[in-house]
Amino acid sequence: MPRPEVTLPSDGLIAVVKRDCPTCELTAPVLAELAAHGGLTVFTQDDPSFPETVPDRIDDTALNVSHVLKVEIVPTLIRRVDGRDADRTYGWDRAEWERVSGFQGIGSGLPAFRPGCGALNVEPGTIEDLLVRFGETDLTARRVELGDDEDEFEATFERGWSDGLPVVPPTERRVLRMLAGTTRDPKELVGLCPPDLAPLTVEKIAINAVMAGCKPEYLPVVLAAVEAALDPAFSMHGVLATTMFVGPVLVVNGPVRRQIGMNARGNALGQGNRANATIGRALQLIIRNVGGGRPQEVDRATLGNPGKYTYCFAEDEEGSCWEPLSVERGIAPGVSAVTVFAGFGLQGVVDQKSRDPESLSRSFAESLKAIHNVKLAPACDAMLVVCPEHERTFRNAGWSKARLYEELYRLCEIPGDMLVAGARGIAEGHSPAVAGTMRNKFRPGGLLIVRAGGGAGMFSGIIGGWSSGGPTGSLPVTREVKS
Amino acid sequence: MTVLLDPTSEQSPASRERLARPDRLRGLTVGLLDISKPRGNVFLDRLDARLTELGITVKRYMKPTVAKPAPLPLRRQIVGEVNVVIEGLAD
Repeated sequence: MPRPEVTLPSDGLIAVVKRDCPTCELTAPVLAELAAHGGLTVFTQDDPSFPETVPDRIDDTALNVSHVLKVEIVPTLIRRVDGRDADRTYGWDRAEWERVSGFQGIGSGLPAFRPGCGALNVEPGTIEDLLVRFGETDLTARRVELGDDEDEFEATFERGWSDGLPVVPPTERRVLRMLAGTTRDPKELVGLCPPDLAPLTVEKIAINAVMAGCKPEYLPVVLAAVEAALDPAFSMHGVLATTMFVGPVLVVNGPVRRQIGMNARGNALGQGNRANATIGRALQLIIRNVGGGRPQEVDRATLGNPGKYTYCFAEDEEGSCWEPLSVERGIAPGVSAVTVFAGFGLQGVVDQKSRDPESLSRSFAESLKAIHNVKLAPACDAMLVVCPEHERTFRNAGWSKARLYEELYRLCEIPGDMLVAGARGIAEGHSPAVAGTMRNKFRPGGLLIVRAGGGAGMFSGIIGGWSSGGPTGSLPVTREVKS
Repeated sequence: MTVLLDPTSEQSPASRERLARPDRLRGLTVGLLDISKPRGNVFLDRLDARLTELGITVKRYMKPTVAKPAPLPLRRQIVGEVNVVIEGLAD
């Protein structure tokens, strides 16, 4: 699209106004006075018939002139000399208008000062349109021009950009709006995206966040999630390439949860909340599109799991007596953060009868010991999502989170005799050397506990991990959310 | 006309030709790479024995963990020491 041509008077006064501005209405008689002197050009942003006091108004409802003049407040009065802006003022300030216009005593019946109003050309949504129209977006991604008859949603599928569900077409306007959600430079290199180790910029992240359906205010959370996933300790390449079920599971902590309306309560791990759904999806789309990680290619998952579309939820910090996961992992209280964990699915822990922490922790431990296979220990890391009615039992008994961790590790010690291959009639298992020893289901630090869920139901959940959990495989990584 | 921004890495996959397979292994050095998958060593031990019987020089390598790509020093070592690599991929 060619850049619009804008012609401005090389000398004289320019005023930019809109009818929907009381200060512009107030200055209409002044504009008439200046017009009578000659050399005034008035551009109108909204109503071409305004101001009626000036006979030669110019329609700028397209806002091209306002954009070129970089008007932010109306009314704006500009003095042009030799094709350049020599001076300008905005709002109504008699002394300023006298100085810029060079005419004394104008607007004598008006108050000395009135603030102006916001100009239409810088309104959110409009400024992006203008930047696109003038080719000033500064976005560097390759432009993909669709055919006239091509459906933009179908086009994204056909180009392989989708996870299987429709994506929001990433137009320049939408991407610019998305980038307004962060102060970071779109060109900033966030890292190299596995598996292809392709350069991943803030701009590419924003494009994929648009496609995932994110709002601009989610972008800082997406950025933190990406930074966490790209940390070599998380081993995103391995998490993607494994034949096992896992994908990145995101847990969000801190004030940002409420600021962007995340769900930490009823159905927190389920559908229905835009922020939960789209932040997790954005990360997956980035790995797919920028990293080149596609199923049946580098993603070798045997079954995968539904969470590989999106797996993101918030911790219910307000309802919990325990410190948030982020605080436990070294982030200061009150600071927003994202933790990424290589996990899959949800194994329910149904216990509607335990009323003391000893019984309930045994329930949790027995369920935890079943992950992957009852014959494997250590098996993988795991995240235990404790529901409110279960947490209440620990709260009433005064159990800290540290106490629960301690008890669970203790209860997850398993006699090696039970784990030997062939024992209990199951060929799976460990070498005979484990007989007579005790094996723990989890490596030290391999358990994560968070609290989430609705107020009714004694149903906690276990998010299983990857068999290659730990320092040689994937470690959970937490990153602060920055603006 | 709708214009979209490319969400991909914009790296058209470089078309790289595979190296031609050697006609025979005799006279070559064969690397056997254990990627640390369970029982990969069973497969590779058997290959080692068969290749050695045929008088072929065999060198053994092992990735530190199955979960991560082979470290660069290991890849460089393999490239510098052998003509052919066989790795055991699955459990």
